[in-house]
Amino acid sequence: MGHILQQFSQQAVNGLSLGSIYALIALGYTMVYGIVKLINFAHGDVMMVGAYLGWIATTQLHWSFLPALFFAMVVSAILGMLIERIAYKPLRNASRIAALITAIGVSLFLEYGGMLLVTAQVQTYPPVFPETVYNVAGIMFKYGDVVMLVTSVVLMFLLHFTVQYTKVGKSMRAVSFDKDAALLMGVNVNNTISATFAIGSALAGAAGVLMGVYFNTIDPLMGIIPGLKAFVAAVLGGIGIIPGAMVGGLVLGLTEAFVSGLGASTWRDAVAFLILILVLIIKPTGLFGKNVREKV
Amino acid sequence: MLVLEDVHVYYGAIHALKGISFQVNQGEIVTLIGSNGAGKSTSLKTISGLLRPKQGKMTFNGEDLGSIPPQNVVAKGISQVPEGRRVFANMTVMENLDMGAFLRKDKSGIKKDVERVFELFPRLKERKSQVAGTLSGGEQQMLAMGRALMSKPQLMLLDEPSMGLAPILVKQIFDIIKEINAQGTTILLVEQNAHMALSVANRAYVLETGKIVLGGEAKELAASEEVRKAYLGG
Ligand SMILES: Nc1ncnc2c1ncn2[C@@H]1O[C@H](COP(=O)(O)OP(=O)(O)OP(=O)(O)O)[C@@H](O)[C@H]1O
Ligand SMILES: [Mg+2]
Repeated sequence: MGHILQQFSQQAVNGLSLGSIYALIALGYTMVYGIVKLINFAHGDVMMVGAYLGWIATTQLHWSFLPALFFAMVVSAILGMLIERIAYKPLRNASRIAALITAIGVSLFLEYGGMLLVTAQVQTYPPVFPETVYNVAGIMFKYGDVVMLVTSVVLMFLLHFTVQYTKVGKSMRAVSFDKDAALLMGVNVNNTISATFAIGSALAGAAGVLMGVYFNTIDPLMGIIPGLKAFVAAVLGGIGIIPGAMVGGLVLGLTEAFVSGLGASTWRDAVAFLILILVLIIKPTGLFGKNVREKV
Repeated sequence: MLVLEDVHVYYGAIHALKGISFQVNQGEIVTLIGSNGAGKSTSLKTISGLLRPKQGKMTFNGEDLGSIPPQNVVAKGISQVPEGRRVFANMTVMENLDMGAFLRKDKSGIKKDVERVFELFPRLKERKSQVAGTLSGGEQQMLAMGRALMSKPQLMLLDEPSMGLAPILVKQIFDIIKEINAQGTTILLVEQNAHMALSVANRAYVLETGKIVLGGEAKELAASEEVRKAYLGG
């Protein structure tokens, strides 16, 4: 019995670590969707770029974790803004399918452009953290897991604060809710959309570095599967809803960990998607989705 | 104060405003009446910069208005209460008022204006932490007006404030419009409820399918045969 409980807690720790990375990526998906109603399929690839930036910072520049993380976030933010300005902004009034196809194009561009630049070869992340393992009542916490969880939580807290209390956050909420009404308040919608891409991409960049630390290896196609899963997490929580993306990511991470823990790791993706399907059947707007009716 | 000269606006191929000209002088209440689809909302959206005139001239206090983005229109002192209120339903009453003051930096002035809005609409004060989406239609109208006041406008554009409200509330809203005007804000009021609009306005224009067909003193228009037949039910 004690053994089972210990196993359970161990999987919960693993699930939370992985889930917090999914959550970071899912946040960018959901924020961008909230403001421009676009599924930014290149988002997972921005995460990949973040992973490489972190790798360059740690291996070539010999920086430690925090400066590397910061560097990856800043450059990813700039990349996100550029993608929006160059690829998506000209299509803002075009059909949704045109924007979606463009997003897939940007995704492929980053993946294969990345290959040209850094080759398709798998790179190994250096051991950024000491190999310390904490044993708390039989549950193993790796030093890296703890840093990862703390990093994610801090970033999510910063995001929450930004969105709720700062001017740019208020503009983001206003534009997501009603673009024309926001314009009538004097909000600069273009800058707000840029800021949203910047923040979402910075979080993806951070997730990339954490991903590299967690799995040790990175390659130019590493963004595809986590990107897809983060998308699932965002839809699971209710696309466009920020707390939804956080919870969706954690639920997904925990599910994967428990399914793997039961010895059925080949099934873990299937189970993740099954949950998505079930949630969408029961509550099509996602866990946190509301059907807001407007009063006339 | 506000002058439009031969303004043409299109939605793609649809010619919504076919060369309208009118003006609003400082201190006035001017109303633009007309039936569904006449182009009333289009006129206000164009003044606010949400739509661009294809032809014609728009000035505010002598400065060009036709080619500046919406945020600069707000900064110049024009704010709009849009049709259907368009409050931020996911934000609280207080956050909505803050959004109205988006371009302002004078914290103490903003605070004063919040008090002013609460004086005009005591109901909003009672509900200041309530999420706007849960307000009644009348309260949302009050909030939309309060929010527009928060930018400290010289000119306030109101698009059908009476829409969907009970007669007693309509009367209350129009009393407050008069009060806002008396406190020094010029008003351009768009209405289908011609009776109410003409009763508070100094001057009026009648819009029909994108053209201004009549204009003059509100009292005179209210008495004219044409307007009574078409807009006041005989
Ligand atoms: N987004 C749009 N796309 C195409 N046509 C539009 C659009 N908005 C308005 N129109 C057309 O422009 C004309 C004027 O519309 P507008 O909304 O200004 O009318 P209105 O006078 O405000 O009417 P109402 O009293 O019903 O609000 C109408 O013929 C309408 O069909
Ligand atoms: Mg209208």
